[in-house]
Amino acid sequence: MKPIQLHAPSRTFHHGNLSGYVIGFGVSTLLTLASFGAVMTGLLPRSATLAVLVLLCVAQLLVQLVFFLHLGSAPDQRSNTGIFLCTALLIAIIVGGSLWVTHNANANMMPSQMSARRAPPKD
Amino acid sequence: MSQASLSIVPTGGAHAHSDDSGPRTTLGFWIYLMSDCLIFCVLFATFGVLMANTAGGPSGRELFELPFVLGETALLLVSSFTFGLGMLAMQVGRSGRLVFWLGATLLLGAAFVGMEIHEFAKLVHDGAGPGTSAFLSAYFVLVGVHGLHVFCGLLWIALMIHQVTRFGLDAITRRRLACLSLFWHFLDLVWICVFTFVYLREFA
Repeated sequence: MKPIQLHAPSRTFHHGNLSGYVIGFGVSTLLTLASFGAVMTGLLPRSATLAVLVLLCVAQLLVQLVFFLHLGSAPDQRSNTGIFLCTALLIAIIVGGSLWVTHNANANMMPSQMSARRAPPKD
Repeated sequence: MSQASLSIVPTGGAHAHSDDSGPRTTLGFWIYLMSDCLIFCVLFATFGVLMANTAGGPSGRELFELPFVLGETALLLVSSFTFGLGMLAMQVGRSGRLVFWLGATLLLGAAFVGMEIHEFAKLVHDGAGPGTSAFLSAYFVLVGVHGLHVFCGLLWIALMIHQVTRFGLDAITRRRLACLSLFWHFLDLVWICVFTFVYLREFA
């Protein structure tokens, strides 16, 4: 076992630098304000709002992953990045699959829009 | 048991039983975080499936106040930044400044949890508790689990403030702070998805 170096500047962890955190914080703030602004001002057409929200969300996730969690392709970050990509794939399968399957189930099998009052008369 | 880790803290037993190297621990912690991420992923999927089922109860559009949510978001984002400043202070060995930024993060995080408890209490008081509809059950579980994580993060920050003041910045406190840093930033990532898909989507 290699002896642990005490009181030496840490070379093993990556914590970025000040400019990285400032950029990450600034861009995240702008993206957050853009998300809330898109909804609260009502400037966008309603059909486009959801797509814009998803784009802004993904953009902010990427910004924070790179600037705050220091994911990247550097040799000491590769395993973290690889594990994250596998997790992202699992998330896409679980969330996408659940929504897809239940949407189909709702649309094709359960007449949820129908109530006793609104059901068409039998004869 | 390495000699070095024994010589760090001759007074404390708690610090003396670790001979793991830093990168391996942070990698293991990262794997834990990703599994935690899957828990949130399943809760988000549940919420996505149930969000239309208001069972005649109020919908999110009638319940949520966006300026309040923006306030919560700001608190968590700024706390992520102050934690980053703390890690930079750790990098250059300034434990006093590190403790200051950890304290700032603790206050901001506590304010976030306070706002969330207030929000939950108001919803329950207005008759929109978790038992009202499937939508509200899924909402309370998803947002509540995130809040619980933030609360655990607060306990961990308080513990690390104590450890840094007591033991100083040795290899072990540095390693633990590196893990806590990943945990805290990860919670902000989850919150980005919460405010987008739980709150803002209701008004889109």
